[in-house]
Amino acid sequence: MATTYFTEDHEWIRVENGIATVGITDYAQEQLGDLVFVELPEAGRQLKKGDAAVVVESVKAASDVYAPADGEITESNAALSSDPALVNSAATGDGWLWKMKLADEGQLSGLMDEAAYKKLVG
Amino acid sequence: MTGEELFHLPLEDLHIAAGARFGGFAGWSMPLTYPAGVMKEHLHTREHAGLFDISHMKLIKVSGKDAAALLSRACPLDPDALEISQSKLTFFLNEAAGILDDLIVTRLGEQRFMVVANAGNAVADVAHLTALAEEFDAKVEPLDRVFLAIQGPEAWAVLSRAGIETGSLTFMHGVEPHPGWFMSRSGYTGEDGFEIGLPADDARKLAEKLLADDRLMWIGLAARDSLRLEAGLCLHGNDITPDTDPASASLMWAIPKDLRADGTFIGAEALRKIVADGPAEKRVGLKAEGRQPVRGGTVVIDEAGNPAGRVTSGGFGPSAGHPVAMGYVATLLAKPGTKLFADVRGNRIPVDVHTLPFTQHRYRKG
Repeated sequence: MATTYFTEDHEWIRVENGIATVGITDYAQEQLGDLVFVELPEAGRQLKKGDAAVVVESVKAASDVYAPADGEITESNAALSSDPALVNSAATGDGWLWKMKLADEGQLSGLMDEAAYKKLVG
Repeated sequence: MTGEELFHLPLEDLHIAAGARFGGFAGWSMPLTYPAGVMKEHLHTREHAGLFDISHMKLIKVSGKDAAALLSRACPLDPDALEISQSKLTFFLNEAAGILDDLIVTRLGEQRFMVVANAGNAVADVAHLTALAEEFDAKVEPLDRVFLAIQGPEAWAVLSRAGIETGSLTFMHGVEPHPGWFMSRSGYTGEDGFEIGLPADDARKLAEKLLADDRLMWIGLAARDSLRLEAGLCLHGNDITPDTDPASASLMWAIPKDLRADGTFIGAEALRKIVADGPAEKRVGLKAEGRQPVRGGTVVIDEAGNPAGRVTSGGFGPSAGHPVAMGYVATLLAKPGTKLFADVRGNRIPVDVHTLPFTQHRYRKG
């Protein structure tokens, strides 16, 4: 059974068997506008909570997406290199950004659930 | 602009009703995008027609016996050589030939001119011109107008359906079709199009009439920026500044040849010296390999890693289908096709010096 968490930086994290899939929320993609490039991280990269893991670039600006916890990247979403707009059309599905093996799942415990996040973005 | 009060557009309620997302620009709260999004807005303008609220820009009327003399002092421009209704791109320069602002000047009558100035420089421009006017018999009059741009291949047809005929107006000409109105065939997208300054009440009626036409939609500042960048047009504050001059900015075409030789405009001497010595750097187009945009502020290096220049504006070109940028590189490296690199967050992105514009201009030159 997967658990989904949300951050104040408008990321979602779906955790299953110690592996977290990370993306940005629908609210975030709407704020950014049409994405034209996603700079994806290499598998094996070690992340500390708060590190910039991915850069998403819209027509107008580049924005960092941060690691929600410590861990190691196991995969990034290769489909985004040819079709970055997947993040716009399916932010919480096919537009996921990367997967990581969490060092300590407990680091996520303070994050919001979907109901709390929905309240945050109104 | 944080903490400062922003100016609000007179037609702001129309933008709110259209679902605009707002942001601060040059002291104004401006519509950045509408629900269609920057990509669709950009492409719609190139294919059909876009309506832009550019009321942040300033219309300044200059009139009087010495109006032409004042402008020939203030700008590298020969106002007397302009036919009535003819427009020209020109500048305010400082004594070092640095660009204080870029402007469009239109001759309305024998002794009357309209100056269109950028939002961010409007207050300084009016002060500059007013101070210079003390030595001349000329009046400088900033106008309160709503300013709308209608751009795109169907702009003329949309205006025609709304009862505004534009047939006799060709690119870079402007007229006063009604009291308080100023309409020119010009723009900031590279497409055929019009800019209309008019009183707020008239503007509200016109906008409502225009928007009833399916061929037209509101376009925000984000697409305005990607459109002008593809068209190779400069944004003052980014691509031209008081630290760049018309020769480095590759804008000498805007300055008549005889004025380059013996003009007495402010900055003339400094500009003559820059031209004689050859500018150290030139403004060029930069095309990045791949899909990653190269943004303003990025450092440009040569093969060996030596500094070669800088990007002043960059993003993705929705019509071009690839990243588009412009910037300054050392004059020796300014030839189209020169291979350089942009340093983006530690990655070396290959960039080619590229001719401007990235998308062909489609002006109606008559």
